[in-house]
Amino acid sequence: MTQLIPYIVAAPLVGFLINGLFGGKYKNKAIAGWVGTLAVTISFIMACGVFFDMLSMPAESRAIHYKLLDWINVGKVNVGISYLIDQLSIIFILIITGVGALIHLYSTGYMKGDPGYTRFFTYLNLFIVMMLTLVMADNYLLTFLGWEGVGLCSYLLIGFWFDENKNNNAAKKAFIVNRVGDFGFLVAMGVMLVAFGSLNYSDIFPTALGMGSGNTMLIIITMMLFLGCTGKSAQIPLYIWLPDAMAGPTPVSALIHAATMVTSGIYLIARSNILFALSPPTLEVISIVAICTALLAAMIALFQNDIKKVLAYSTVSQLGYMFLGLGVGAFGAGVFHVMTHAFFKACLFLGSGAVIHAMHHEQDMQKMGGLKKYLPITFWTFMLATLAIAGIPPFAGFFSKDEILWKAFSQGSAFLWFLGALGALMTAFYMFRAVYLTFYGKERFDTGHHLPHEVGPAMWIPLVVLAGLSVVGGLLGTPTNALDSWLAPVVEKGEALVLASKSIPTPPFASQIEQLLLIISVLVALTGIVIATLYYKRRTTLAAKEKNLGAVYTLSTNKFYVDEIYDKTIIQPTYTISNSFLYKIVDVKIIDGIVNGSAASIDWISGIIRKIQTGIVQNYAVMIVVGILVLVSYVLIF
Amino acid sequence: MAINNIIFWILAVGAIISALLMVTRKSAVPSALMLIVTFCFLAALYLTLNAQFLAVVQVAVYAGAIMVLVVFVIMLLNLRGEVYAITGNWKTAVGLLAVTGILAQMIAVFVMANDILPKGLHSKSTELGTVESIGTKLYTSYAFPFEMASIILIAAAVGAIVLAKKKLT
Amino acid sequence: MSSLSNYLIVSAILFMIGAAGVMFRKNVIVIFMCVELMLNAVNLTLIAFSQFMGDQQGQILVFFVMTVAAAEAAVGLAIVISVYRNKETIEIDKLNLLKG
Repeated sequence: MTQLIPYIVAAPLVGFLINGLFGGKYKNKAIAGWVGTLAVTISFIMACGVFFDMLSMPAESRAIHYKLLDWINVGKVNVGISYLIDQLSIIFILIITGVGALIHLYSTGYMKGDPGYTRFFTYLNLFIVMMLTLVMADNYLLTFLGWEGVGLCSYLLIGFWFDENKNNNAAKKAFIVNRVGDFGFLVAMGVMLVAFGSLNYSDIFPTALGMGSGNTMLIIITMMLFLGCTGKSAQIPLYIWLPDAMAGPTPVSALIHAATMVTSGIYLIARSNILFALSPPTLEVISIVAICTALLAAMIALFQNDIKKVLAYSTVSQLGYMFLGLGVGAFGAGVFHVMTHAFFKACLFLGSGAVIHAMHHEQDMQKMGGLKKYLPITFWTFMLATLAIAGIPPFAGFFSKDEILWKAFSQGSAFLWFLGALGALMTAFYMFRAVYLTFYGKERFDTGHHLPHEVGPAMWIPLVVLAGLSVVGGLLGTPTNALDSWLAPVVEKGEALVLASKSIPTPPFASQIEQLLLIISVLVALTGIVIATLYYKRRTTLAAKEKNLGAVYTLSTNKFYVDEIYDKTIIQPTYTISNSFLYKIVDVKIIDGIVNGSAASIDWISGIIRKIQTGIVQNYAVMIVVGILVLVSYVLIF
Repeated sequence: MAINNIIFWILAVGAIISALLMVTRKSAVPSALMLIVTFCFLAALYLTLNAQFLAVVQVAVYAGAIMVLVVFVIMLLNLRGEVYAITGNWKTAVGLLAVTGILAQMIAVFVMANDILPKGLHSKSTELGTVESIGTKLYTSYAFPFEMASIILIAAAVGAIVLAKKKLT
Repeated sequence: MSSLSNYLIVSAILFMIGAAGVMFRKNVIVIFMCVELMLNAVNLTLIAFSQFMGDQQGQILVFFVMTVAAAEAAVGLAIVISVYRNKETIEIDKLNLLKG
């Protein structure tokens, strides 16, 4: 089945080309939707084929290398368009193509009637191609190509409804903020070339093992890679684009900003686990940034009124959890949470999309309420996914989040665990607040006119599938340890190195403490749910009550003024320098001055020389004779 | 002072003086006539060099055809009131200086080279200048340039007619 | 019979007189005649060298120079006539259409 590997990428690429080149000519626009969905489904089927092939191979040799062609071959640097399918990448490939196919199906229903229907599916397919390139590459440069490509598709899709300036601004913000992160990635690649002379995974990781822990080059590389991750995976300080990115259509938010693109950072770190394991300072930084992000985003999500914004901040927060797992050295746990998060967050976003669709594009939860009886399927799937994210057993989110918290406690510190548990409390609270505001209580919208009705099958089938996965997906993790043992050949060296560097003695009663923490996690989640129920299940006068919290409420709903701080400290000074100095002085005076000045001086010289051409022949004759005199003298004298 | 030398000096001085006169006359016809005189002196100089054929051709072609054509054209144009030849501004001075400079250098070169140059006429010079020998050469080794020369003459004749004829209105 | 350098000096003087004439005369036809004078000076040089060195090629070349001078005379004077018809003058200072 190895020969199927290029077709995994080729299928959506062909879909992109067909929709892109011929989309304008479709008689029935729905063809675009079917082409796009079919392309990704084919991709998923082939990925499954490869996966089952891998299952039959022995654990150590499951890595398949597939070289497509030579790309750059300069000096000692040899980078090819070649793929590495191993246990880590196949997980991501299955998530991308599986969840992607479901979201494509959903979009055929959600985007129906939109004038840009064909363009949407073109961009979605292109995104799948780029994301697959990112996870399938076997060298950092090709990964970077995919990295940039998903950034581009994110820009195109966030600004999909480009008639409104608000969407364009959000798209630009996403792209520019990501660029800052990409700068980090580029610097890291440069240092990698210096330190290792190659960008291929197969060259770098064995060499790095020999470099020992705490090597300066490795620390620089990993810090810069993490900077890239903060951009793409929305951590502090570069998370600000993700809430604004909700301006795009909801399937985009589900696919790109929940399930796939934002997980590229986790993939990168999991792939480079050896490099990170050998740089303890970087891991410290990652843990701190991650937990701060998780808490900050959770705090902002507490009182948001736009349903998509709640989910956006929830995504940032959950990404923080994933990075927390990576930061304490539990690379496998981080990937596990990626998988479960993909299921339930995609389900939540698609569910919110169904709500928005039924409410005729109303996104403010204060105008919803009582939708439970109008949208039953949506309600039940949304509820299951919310239970998953809140961390209630036996749903998926419980197992993955609990594993991260346990690892944070045992490999990090008790304080980290405590903060993580605090975040889990807040998560449960704001998610159930969202559920109650949307689906319970009295209707706060006009019931006289069009009543909301349940969505069509194209939209509820993916919801049901994802909800089902949110229920059972967790069983791959802790109880059966299937995922851990599957990923072990890729991440075990890294995890072992981290454990060795921390030299933590195994605490006595380790398994008992683990079970105790498990129970505490469940209690924490239930506490959050209870608080939310008390305040939101029945009450209708919410806004006044929330404002009673005073400063906390103001700070939270104003996103802690982070955007405003950035504007004052970074954006305005940059703008001022570039306008008054670089533009007015350097560009206009100096550069234009040089260019115009050289033209003017040539003009002046030519004005002088022009006078020689008088048109009087005898002058020319005189000049000839004088010239002859000069030549003859020159020859004679010298 | 052999008689050859005297003859040479007379002819040379004559040619130079008539050339000077040609350049300095006020109107065109005296200039043309002086040029004819110069050509005749030059033909005589060719004879002292034993180049008989070319001496005759000089008189026949230059003095006899070209200068006749020039005189015809001068009379055809029917000029009146000719401007005096030479104005005495700075351009004249520069030109004269340049000319004298070059001339001085050339004379210096020739005088200095006197030792290397051959002293007397070549032994074969008498037979080299005859009609027979030049004719043989022209029709054998230089037959192609000879024919090309005739084509040039035809082209020139046709061109002159085309340029000079009056437009038929 | 004088030495070769005598002939060369004579030729040089005639050439320079012709050059001076080209530079200073105003009448186009006179300028043309000075050009012919220059050509003749060159002819003298060629024949002198030919006879002193024993190489006949100089005289052959002179023959062709005379031919071409004749052709050039015809065409040149035809041009002078055309110019006179258009401009009513043959003073060289007035013919400055090439002025840049």
